[in-house]
Formats: sequence, structure tokens, C-alpha cells
Amino acid sequence: MQALQAPNKSETTLRSITTTSNTTTPLASQGNHDGDSTKLWWKKRFRLGEFLIEKSITAISFLSFAFIALIFVFVFRESLPIFSTSAVKKPAETKQVQQETYGDETPAAELQQQVDERKRSVENLEEGGATAANLAGKIWQPVSSKPKYGMLPLIVGSLKVTAVAVLFSAPMAILAALFTAAFAPKWAKELLKPAIEILAGIPSVVIGFFALIAMATFLQKTFGFQYRLNAFVGGIALSLAVIPIIYTITEDSLSRVPKVITEASLALGASKWQTALFVVLPAASPGIFAGILLGIGRAFGETMIVLMATGNASILSGDLFEPVRTMSATIGAEMGEVVFGDTHYTVLFFIGAVLFLFTFTLNAIAEVFIRQRLMKRFEGQ
Amino acid sequence: MRKLGRKLLGLSIPLFSGLCAFFIVLIVLIVMGETIIGGWSTLSWEFLSTGPKEGMTEGGIYPAIIGTFLLVVIMSIAGVPIGTITAIYLSEYASQKSILARMIRFAVNTLAGVPAIVFGLFGLGFFIQFVGTGMDKVLSGGAELKWGQPNILWASLTMALLTLPVVIVSVEEAIKAVPRELREASLALGATKWETIRKVVLPNSITGILTGGILAVSRGAGEVAPILFTGAAYFLPHLPSALSDQFMELGYHIYIMTTQSPDVEATRGIQYATTLVLLVLTFALNFSAMFLRYKIRTRTAR
Amino acid sequence: MNQNGYKITTRNLSLSYGPKLALKDISVGIRTNYVTALIGPSGCGKSTFLRALNRMNDLIDGVQTSGEVLVDDIDVYRNDVDVVALRKKVGMIFQRSNPFPKSIYDNIAYGPRINGIHEKNKLDQIVERSLKQAALWDEVKDDLKKSGLALSGGQQQRLCIARALAVDPEVILMDEPASALDPLATAKIEELIFELKEKYTIVIVTHNMQQAARVSDYTAFFYIGKLIEFDETKNIFTSPKEKQTEDYVTGRFG
Repeated sequence: MQALQAPNKSETTLRSITTTSNTTTPLASQGNHDGDSTKLWWKKRFRLGEFLIEKSITAISFLSFAFIALIFVFVFRESLPIFSTSAVKKPAETKQVQQETYGDETPAAELQQQVDERKRSVENLEEGGATAANLAGKIWQPVSSKPKYGMLPLIVGSLKVTAVAVLFSAPMAILAALFTAAFAPKWAKELLKPAIEILAGIPSVVIGFFALIAMATFLQKTFGFQYRLNAFVGGIALSLAVIPIIYTITEDSLSRVPKVITEASLALGASKWQTALFVVLPAASPGIFAGILLGIGRAFGETMIVLMATGNASILSGDLFEPVRTMSATIGAEMGEVVFGDTHYTVLFFIGAVLFLFTFTLNAIAEVFIRQRLMKRFEGQ
Repeated sequence: MRKLGRKLLGLSIPLFSGLCAFFIVLIVLIVMGETIIGGWSTLSWEFLSTGPKEGMTEGGIYPAIIGTFLLVVIMSIAGVPIGTITAIYLSEYASQKSILARMIRFAVNTLAGVPAIVFGLFGLGFFIQFVGTGMDKVLSGGAELKWGQPNILWASLTMALLTLPVVIVSVEEAIKAVPRELREASLALGATKWETIRKVVLPNSITGILTGGILAVSRGAGEVAPILFTGAAYFLPHLPSALSDQFMELGYHIYIMTTQSPDVEATRGIQYATTLVLLVLTFALNFSAMFLRYKIRTRTAR
Repeated sequence: MNQNGYKITTRNLSLSYGPKLALKDISVGIRTNYVTALIGPSGCGKSTFLRALNRMNDLIDGVQTSGEVLVDDIDVYRNDVDVVALRKKVGMIFQRSNPFPKSIYDNIAYGPRINGIHEKNKLDQIVERSLKQAALWDEVKDDLKKSGLALSGGQQQRLCIARALAVDPEVILMDEPASALDPLATAKIEELIFELKEKYTIVIVTHNMQQAARVSDYTAFFYIGKLIEFDETKNIFTSPKEKQTEDYVTGRFG
């Protein structure tokens, strides 16, 4: 009886039951009845299989993080020699020479030549002043007797192409998303959404091919610029890859604007377009901004399209209609032909590290905008 | 005057935004139309079943198709299990607040945003230079250069890494679509967590895993930047027969045929037809993924 | 099994979701081989209490429990208690019938199989016995291969009961098992509950007071996380001691 007694209120309620009960044996008296097997039914069993599976699943999941860490480490590690003055590597690494001729052995002479070449390039680098000064230079000429690794034209190239791409794709994608969210009849939505998904699914090499073969000629005829392949053409081509990103995120954040807000505006006598433009669009602005950031990141990091459609000349100029070479395209075009471990190789990795950091930062900012601002606004927290 | 302005604006905004939408659809149609028209006449059974001839100015793309196929198969073998397991961890084992789960989520988001070319650099720096060269040192004392150079294994693993977030996101979505009630039913019957996952959660998210795999394959077949210097070859007389062989690939083939072919004009037909094949391949994959996803969603809404 | 006649006893059981207190100091004794009904307005904590008995609340992030739940005199919230074993002993039927998207046979064989029973004839026996106990055998014996989802709502719920019986539980917790069913199917379930109490201890959550009055021997009335009154069912419905209970059972609120 005492075992069942609750301290306060329920005492009365319990009594009515205990009166119908015959026994008042204290609970949990040790070892009184039943065989061991039933007595210990509750005893926690150690399930080895279960334990091992959980640990392996956790360990394997951790791989994603490990790989991100490894990407950081290796991309930066390979670009590290830039920062040390003695860019010459240990002789042991001369074996890490990429073979362009498959299966054949690299003749010793050739090896030696490559080593010399590398030494020379390093010397030249030092000759031309500090590495940093060389990197900040205006000329990118990695393959020459006096290699120059001025990244400025590449950076400007990337910026030009990205600017064209985003300036072209952002208004179009945002307006198209607004159209889907506010004005489109059902059939138009059902046409547009798959079209965007298809566009998002087109491989970038196909877009590059299309830009190189068809679009460049068309644009040249229309605008009459001198070079068929240039920053403008590359940027327009890139926008085909950027449109789906900005559209999807904009459309998503527009559709997340609560109906009550829209209805309130409409109820106040605002027309459909006024509501769309002055209520829905501003309410979704953090999401749209995030979409643009992700679009910039994509444009900046994209390789194949710019590699094929920009003309790939490392000219430092502000003219949008001149051929350019972007950072990503430089890696794509030159990494296949460099000697492992030499300055050129290192500089290309350095460019990669910059690309990585840049897109990483953009994505992180976009994430903050999507997650925090948008959620806060609509969920009132 | 003001009224008129407002009226014009009221008309022009839906109209203008509609035009943008229409323009996007038009672009998609043009890209597809251009590829089909340009590639149709060259496309034939022979084109698909023979290799390049006459210094790559004639012949087909058979080795590139096989190479692409092998690439995505090896990639899937490596990536889909890891992605599935990670999705299981994130949705079934991790509590949302745990630091480890947050780290993994952060990593998946970051992986999804890394430019493809950086994956290529990583493949070169990590798989080829570090792992491959290390393997050579261990296996042959560094005498033989076998693994420390670009090959299909390193290219596939690089691609697996790139497509990992695709798999994880897709599988996680499918696992989350498995009704809570089914999990509870299983647990209430005295099943352990893993028994519940294996017998209830996984069988019910198999379509999601399939979708993730298909989307990853579609992505992997279309990306070229990561394999530029991790294993793709300009031309190979033989099909790859070992993991340490290089390979030809459709996307890479398009790239080199259009930019580095000895006679770019003469091979237009081949370029178009190769692009058409790649486009059809990715579309077929994407559509089947879309279809499966649609099936998952309607089933959840039961 | 247990000499004092109580299968489950809770002592000062309190439960909170984060900062929100859902159950406050519940002390109650549930008698072996009787049906105990839990009633109260929605959100009063009756389902939460039910789920606390076989630790199903563990699955929800941020749930904190204090006090004791004794099943056969063992506090199941102790660290060394095996939740899996507990749930085998204390089965559960849910509000929405939740058969697995498998055949009827496989639904019922699920529990035995995870307990390591794989011999065909043994499984056959268990399936038949469980379906008979759940009064479903005559309706489905000819197509055990049919999907569990192809059955009607009432049949599905009885399938779930059969599935729970197949693992030989001692207690069956039912969370509004008939709330989604039509009157006829409900009557069948109630009939079944009446038969099952011969062998099992049953705790049933219901929002239907007639149902509580019909099927249960004891009734607990919950209100805003507190146990207001617990007594024999006839007392609760004819002469409740608390004003709130009276108001509720006479339909003045709820």
C-alpha cells in the first residue's frame, strides 16, 4: 500500500483501487518470485551488431566532413610553396612527373630537362622580384622563357564574365519567378517549371558547345563586335547556367511569402501587380539576394562554359567585347600540361584556392540569408 | 496622367515578366533544337558503335560512351553507398543539435557549392599525387608509375565526391517521406533501431535511393571539369581494361573536338552528334528521376 | 506475475517537452488483466502518458521525464533497462492504423522474425493464432499474401492488433484505436478489447466517453497534464468526486 501512495492529490484516487486489491506487498522486493529469465527481462542487453552498425554509420557519415577538410588541406597545401621564397622542391618529387605519353617510360634526359625547367622558372620568378609582386602583375604568361604569373588579367576576366552573366540572368530569372508566383496561368507554370529543370540539367559542356558554335555567331552578327568569342558571349552563355539557380531560389522564397500578406494587400484594394511588386517581392528579398549570391558563385566557379566561349586570351582590359581568360578556365586549360610541383602548377593551385575561398564565402553568406533572415521574417522568431 | 502611368505599369509588369519567362522557355527550345538539328544527320548506329577514325575526323564515339558508362558506374559504386549511409545517419541517428550532425550538414552544403574545377584540383592533389604516388611507393618502391597518374579510378572517385551531396539530399528526402507511424509501429513491436531502418525505412525509401543515384549519374555524366586532369584522355585506341587506365568520355570529347581538333570545321557533325547523345542521356536520366520523385511525393500524400 | 495485482505503476511521473510541462506528478496503478481507460479533453496529456509507459516518447527530441514508471516492479526509466525488451512486453496500437506496406502475413510475422523465429510452420502458427485473437482470421485467411494496405480501415486496425499480439506482449497500449473508424468497425474493436483482457492488461486512450464506459474497468481523467481523478469506471461516470470530472463526463466541456 505505501508503495503506491502518491504524496499529494492522487492519494484519494489510488485508495479506491487499492481497496479492491488483496495484497499490499512492497514493490520491487528482491528475488521473491519467478525464474531468473523473467525476472531479468528488463536487463539491458549489449547488442554488438547494433553498436557496430551505429558506429560505422557515424564514421562513414563523417567522411563528408573529412573530405571537405581534405579539399581545404590539399588545395591549399599544393599552393603553399608560393608563399615560401624557396619554391624549389625536394628532389625526391621529381618522380612525380606527369606522363603525357601513356605507358612509355619517361627518359631520364627528359626528366632532367623538366627539373631544369622548373628551377629556371623559379629563378626567373625570383629574378622578377618577390613572388607576390609577380602574382599581382598584369601579364599572365606562364609558358615562356621568363614566365609571368600576373593574376590580374584572370581576376578581371572572371569578374567581367561573372558581371555579364549575373546582370543578364538575375533580372530575367527574378521576373520569370515573379511571373510564375503572381501572374502565370496554370498552363504557363506547367510549361515553365519543367523548362527550368531541363535548363538546370543541361551539362555545362553542352551550353559551352552551343555558345561556341551557334550563339557566338548569332551575337556577333547582331551586335557586330570584332572578336567572335569574348567576355560578353561567355557571360551570356554562363547566364544559361545561372538562370535556373536564381529562378529556383527566388521562386521558392516567393512561394514562402505567407498568403495572409498577399491577401491583406489585395483586400486593401491593391491590384495584383501592385501586390506582387510592392508586397511579395520585398518580402522575399533576402531569398532573392541569396539566389543572386549563389548565382555569382556558380558563374565565378564555372569552368567548361567559359573555357569554350570566352576566347581564352589573357588580356587585361575593361572592354566587354574583347576575349578574356577567367581564373577557372586557366586552371582547366593549363593544368593538364604543367609539370607536377613546379611554380606554374603551384600558381594554378593557388588560383583554385582563391576560387574555392570565394565561392565558399558567397555560399556561406547566402546560407545565412536563406536560413536566418527568411525564416525569421516569416516565422516571427 | 498618373492614372495612365499606373495603368501602363499594371499592364507592363505581368507582360514583361511573362516575356522573361517565355524567353527562358525559348532558350531551352533553341538549345535543344540546335543540337537535334545539327546532330541528327550524323547520328547512326555506326556512330554509336565504332571508335574515332582517321585522326578523329571520322568515325564514332563508342569508346567515349563506354568510358562515360564506366565512369558513372565506378562513381556510383563509391558514392551511392556513402551518400545513402550519410543520409541515414542525418535523418535517423543524429539528433539535430549534435555537433557532429551539424558538421556533416555543413560539409554537405559546402561540397555542393565547391566549383567543379576545384574538385579536379583536389583529385589531382589528393588522389593522384598523394594516394596514387603513395600506392606506387608501397607497391613497387616508386619504380613503376602506375597509380600516381590520371586514370579512371581517380576520375570516378573525384566525380563521386562531387555528386555526393546530390545523393545525400535525395535519399534524405525519401527517408523523411517514410511515415513516422511506420517507424513507431516497428519500434513498438520491439524492433531495434537498425532493424527498423533495415526492414521498414530502407525498403520504403528505395525509390529515393534510386532517384539519388540517377541524379548523381546524370550530373556525373555531364561534368567535365573534374576529369580534365584526373583521367580523361584525348584519344585511346583501346577501351579501358583496368582501373589504372585512362578513358575517353562524352563531355570531354565534345570539349576537345570543338577546341583542340585538328580540323574543327570538318568535324562539326561529330561534335553535334556527340552533344546530342550526351543531352539525350542526361535528359533520359533526369526525367526518370523526376518521375520517381513524383511517385514518392504522391505516395507520401496518401 | 506480480503479486500485488498491478502491472504498471507510475510514481510522480512528470514529463516536459523542452520548457513545456506536459504531465505533472502522475501516480497511478494499472491493474493486471483489466482495461484502464484514459479520458480527458484533447491536449490533456493522456496520449503522452500512454506513450510514456513504453518509452515511445524517447523518440521525440527534447522530452524529459522524471518520476518512475514501474512495469512488473521495474522502473523502466532506469539506465540499465532495455527499451527493446520493454516494448516487446508493452505493445502499442496507434490512432491511425499503420500496417507496413507488406502482405498481411509479413505484417504479422514482422515481430516474430525480429525475435529470431524463421521456421515457416512456427510462423504460420503465430500468424493464424494472432489473426484469430484479433478476430480477423475468417476475413483474411484466404489471402494472407494480400497487402495489409488493401484492407478496410477497421480491418487494418485489427491487423495492427494482431501484429502486436504476435510478439506476445503482456500489456497492450491503445491510443484512440477506433477514432478513425465507423461505428460498426468500432463495435468490433470494442468487442475485441473485451475478449483480450482475459489475457492482457489493456490501457486505452479515448476521447469517446461512451466507449470508455463500455469497455473499461477503471478510468483515469486527465486535465491539462494532471490526473484529476482515477477510479472504477462506474464511479467515474456515476458519482465522480471531482467537479471537473463531473463537468467533463456530463459533457459540459471537452
